[in-house]
Amino acid sequence: MHHAVRFCGKSVKGQIAGQGGAARMTPRNNALAVQDLSIVFDTRRGTVTAIEAVSFILGSGEVLGIVGESGAGKSLTGNALIGLLQAPGRISQGEIRLGGQRIDNVAADVQRRLRGKRIGAIFQDPLTSLDPLMTIGGQLVETIRTHLPLSAASARVRAMELLAEVGIADPGARFDQYPHQFSGGMRQRIVIALAIAAEPEVIIADEPTTALDVSIQAQILALLRGLARQRGTAIMLVTHDMGVIAEIADRVGVMYAGRLVEIGPVAEVLHSAHHPYTAGLMGLIPSLSRRVERLPQISGNMPRPGEWPGGCSFHPRCPKAGPRCTIEVPAPVAVSDSMVACHLFSGGTSVVSGDLPTKEAISTRETAS
Amino acid sequence: MFSLILRRLGSVLLVMLVVAGLSFLIFNYLGDPVNNILGVNATIEEREELRRTLGLDQPSHIQFWHFLQRAVAGDFGISYRNRIPVIELILSRLPATVELVFCATIVALSIGIPMGVYCALRPKGLISRILQMISLVGISIPQFLIGMLLILIFSVELRWLSAFGRGEVVQLGWWSTGLLTHSGRMALIMPVITLAVFQISMIMRLVQGEMQEVMRADFIKFARARGLTDRSVHLRHALRNSLLPVVTVVGMQIGSLIAFAIVCEAVFQWPGLGLLILQAIEFADFPVMAAYLALVGFGFAMINLTVDMTYLFIDPRMRRK
Repeated sequence: MHHAVRFCGKSVKGQIAGQGGAARMTPRNNALAVQDLSIVFDTRRGTVTAIEAVSFILGSGEVLGIVGESGAGKSLTGNALIGLLQAPGRISQGEIRLGGQRIDNVAADVQRRLRGKRIGAIFQDPLTSLDPLMTIGGQLVETIRTHLPLSAASARVRAMELLAEVGIADPGARFDQYPHQFSGGMRQRIVIALAIAAEPEVIIADEPTTALDVSIQAQILALLRGLARQRGTAIMLVTHDMGVIAEIADRVGVMYAGRLVEIGPVAEVLHSAHHPYTAGLMGLIPSLSRRVERLPQISGNMPRPGEWPGGCSFHPRCPKAGPRCTIEVPAPVAVSDSMVACHLFSGGTSVVSGDLPTKEAISTRETAS
Repeated sequence: MFSLILRRLGSVLLVMLVVAGLSFLIFNYLGDPVNNILGVNATIEEREELRRTLGLDQPSHIQFWHFLQRAVAGDFGISYRNRIPVIELILSRLPATVELVFCATIVALSIGIPMGVYCALRPKGLISRILQMISLVGISIPQFLIGMLLILIFSVELRWLSAFGRGEVVQLGWWSTGLLTHSGRMALIMPVITLAVFQISMIMRLVQGEMQEVMRADFIKFARARGLTDRSVHLRHALRNSLLPVVTVVGMQIGSLIAFAIVCEAVFQWPGLGLLILQAIEFADFPVMAAYLALVGFGFAMINLTVDMTYLFIDPRMRRK
């Protein structure tokens, strides 16, 4: 698959594989901007930082993949974006802007109205995402009428159109059926129909294909890509599956221990990663042409929130770490078309004189311990 | 779905047959019916005569068959003590108990469910903690104590309510109702509270537990992500999904209350089934006990059938074959 991706994943040029039609060039337009987002958990033993200073921009019509190990904070970031952070988690710093308007500090009811209307969400398990006691038509009509001033009859018509759009054959007959009467792939299509019921600008898809088998995965990904290309919907796709990223994403962000360590065009990140963690991750993908006795691995485990080491969180596992990495948190810097948070690209890993622990690094270490 | 109902009806029949068997055993083999009817002073001829008319000289399976035939027709013999047909006795007492139990259940549902929902949504709030404490008391306090406390307060001290009986009743066919007269309604208040306290507490805890569990489900999170209002998420999605076990337990409760509201009926001298069976046991009135057993079995089977039908109504997944 050929990725013709420009800086910051403005758009993919040329034919979209599998879609048939020509991709529409979407003007550069920030649908969602996250700036310095930090999320903490207030626990009995003090405040634990789970996400720290995450910044990225999601453009209209763009698919941004977010990858990372379990516990890196991918889903947590997604939940914060749709305003569904659960206590005791809370945003401690930073802002989230949707179409230029801040949405992280607005009243709960305002936030509720944004959900589904301007930011849609798709979750991992389609089998449990739908209310088992309500017909899918009922759930669609309910969602549509929550956000749009439509009569019951016209909401029903719209629901049928949505079902047809996501590829449910014979919507008329399926409308009054219950979730258990659909297969997993079909249910994920219905979940997508629910997510796009009010035509949101942004969709947060949290592992949308993880629970599905591979052939169904491809169909669901094609459907999501179609949304981005045809409707200009901005999609943030949280996953730990590099195959999914390679197939659908324009850009990809890599998270490690609550920080975004690298973000850039998908081809660059996949084929010439800058951050040692990303490079390590890419080296792990088994290849059919190489036969190895033992699959490679990155030694050690990702630290859990509250157990982050000082400095760069990856330094205990990093083959290229130097003394500076243990004391100073690297700030993201532009490298080629990507942003990378690693001292290798911001002045080297050795401690330069006068480059003693900064205030920020110390305070970070304190909150982490 | 139709076959499911048929299967259920089949198992109801089976249960009824077993209950009828037990009932028959009580009727025929506990004590000597002849002795019970004629007393000890009757002559041997009189005894043989009665034995023949009662069919007691025939083999057991024939007797059982006749018992079944009569039971289906509603004939459970004559009460030893009251000298009137057992079925008349039971039917005259049934409305009092059924009215009491249904009023108590309605009160319990309409108080217990909202309380449970509230506690599920704000489990850490002050009001929730107070409600949970009260419900703990409600579950552990014995019924007769509640009844006697109520009598002490409202009958003895305040003299507002009568401490015994149903008040005036109105006959609607064979059904006698206390709901249509003022004194009848007033008489219901204390017994209903007595029965409802335990049920309120239990329903509240059940709804709270179930709903807290359901609130963690993915579809609730997704319902929120769809931007639905809290009201809709809580009541239309979370509560509905919490109700299945409540239906089961409430069904069982209705059954056991109709059958065994004995303590409450004794405290308030409520002329219902509980008081009847208490007297029947006291006087070894076996026909009444046998009929009562059959009736209670039938009642439970019917309630279970209703609960199963309610499942089908609430949960579409069960409609699958």
